[in-house]
Amino acid sequence: MIQQGTWVKIQRQVLPAGQRAPQLPEDTKQVPFLMWAKGFLIADAEMNSLVTVKTITGRLVEGTLMEVEPSYQHNYGTFVPELLRIGADLRRERWGGDDDER
Amino acid sequence: MMRDNSYQAVMSRRPEIMKASVGIDYHQFELPGIGFDYERMMKETGYTLSEMQEIQGATGVGNTPLLEMNNLTALARKYAPKGKGARIFIKDEAANPSGSFKARRAANAVHHAKKLGYKGVIAATSGNYGAAVASQAAMHGLKCIIVQECYDSQYVGQPEIIEKARKCEAYGAEVLQTSVGPELFYIFLTLLEETGYFNASLYTPFGIAGVETLGYELAMQFREREGRDPDVVLCTNAGGGNLTGTARGLIKAGATESKIVGASVDLTGLHMASDNHFNRKSFTTGHTGFGMPFATSPDRSDVPRSAARPLRYMDRYLLVNQGEVFYMTEALAQLEGLERGPAGNTALAAAFALAQEMNEDQIIVVQETEYTGAGKHIQAQLTFARENGIRIFFGNPDEEVKGENIILPEHPSQMKARDVDMNKLRASLIKNAIAGASAITQEDVEYLMAETKTDKPFIVAELEKMNITVKV
Repeated sequence: MIQQGTWVKIQRQVLPAGQRAPQLPEDTKQVPFLMWAKGFLIADAEMNSLVTVKTITGRLVEGTLMEVEPSYQHNYGTFVPELLRIGADLRRERWGGDDDER
Repeated sequence: MMRDNSYQAVMSRRPEIMKASVGIDYHQFELPGIGFDYERMMKETGYTLSEMQEIQGATGVGNTPLLEMNNLTALARKYAPKGKGARIFIKDEAANPSGSFKARRAANAVHHAKKLGYKGVIAATSGNYGAAVASQAAMHGLKCIIVQECYDSQYVGQPEIIEKARKCEAYGAEVLQTSVGPELFYIFLTLLEETGYFNASLYTPFGIAGVETLGYELAMQFREREGRDPDVVLCTNAGGGNLTGTARGLIKAGATESKIVGASVDLTGLHMASDNHFNRKSFTTGHTGFGMPFATSPDRSDVPRSAARPLRYMDRYLLVNQGEVFYMTEALAQLEGLERGPAGNTALAAAFALAQEMNEDQIIVVQETEYTGAGKHIQAQLTFARENGIRIFFGNPDEEVKGENIILPEHPSQMKARDVDMNKLRASLIKNAIAGASAITQEDVEYLMAETKTDKPFIVAELEKMNITVKV
């Protein structure tokens, strides 16, 4: 049970596959058009149930409860060895070749 | 009475929703034929330059530093013929409150919304503009909703867009995210209707006029520092507002000799509305997927008549590849000690190549930078590309296949900028503007001349090719 007032993320199907805009490429036509919003739960609810949330601007939005207390996990990626080479190449091109001087 | 909020019903109410949400009756600027009075629209609905400087200055927007890229210039000269290698400058727009030049557009739009008494602002954007509107709304105490296309149908999000959502929320905005598709516009319209908020469109006259201060500042900064105007002003081009506003500002400063050059990342072959292609892009803006259609059909935007009309001002349009922009992003950090967002470095990649065509005493200025951060960073974006099956390797950038690989230049001398055939773009604009008519008037011809920055013989020749007659 998720308590009323909890900050959550919901998902909502806006248009099902098959009812999408006509000008779309085939792959997009075959999937639904989805929307995600965040807000405070207005009543106790179970995960994956249909709920209503109050967004930060005070709007009421309906959707399926998908995440509790959503947070950001995006980052600076993993090791990209190419960047080390680019840096070294550019410094050598600009300032000359002796590694010891750097 | 309950409103019919079905897709078809809302889309059919588009004109009235638009009118109520931007406070402009666009109809009054329409001309009898295919055109409209662009200059009158800009004059009657925009702000004067000094008003804009005051509006922007009041929230710390503008007056960003102009920086000379001494090391990039020196490197470009190394590969250029003797006597070639123009001086490269950048205008560090990342220094604006929200981290990009978009603060200029947003400052005007949000000021205007406040002046007209709207309680909030809404913008449909996956880009830096969202954060800019949210930042301005925070300063003015208005509510703010940003609608952004962020995830594919499997809920895999573009890290760069996720970061932009975070930034909007940091400024107190509500962020609504969607999967891939132009139906985002339907959500946007329902929100405008539901809330009665102002449509802080990127393409209104006040939004575009907000960028005029950038062009004006450029001219003033160069005159003070170098005693003359820059030879080339390079603008990363997507929706066209950056280039349009900057060019108009330069003209207002009297810098009519500066050439206006657009630059985009070439994403040819990737469909912008494709769910499968969405996460195979390593650039979410500054690319040809926006640059080409918005140049040749500017009124495809979210207002009836877009104030962003890049072909009115563009002298040349250059394309660079994803690998080249990432390479230049690293070069900016390693040689100039400036870490800036990848997409904003599109024009810088083009400048590095273009400088090698120009004389040493000439000046090229890249008129914007953008902030960088988690997700919106070269390393995050290359990692994401790899996770999506994109191969990344060193080689010849000319061989890059969009959506399949990213080719980093083996050597900096391989950096290139490829010319787009401007006349082809102009012909395409003419075709779109005429939209099926078999005959047009003399007044329409003049409109098309202004729309394409060309002369009468060019327009007449193009019309002949399309079998369109001009009524006398």
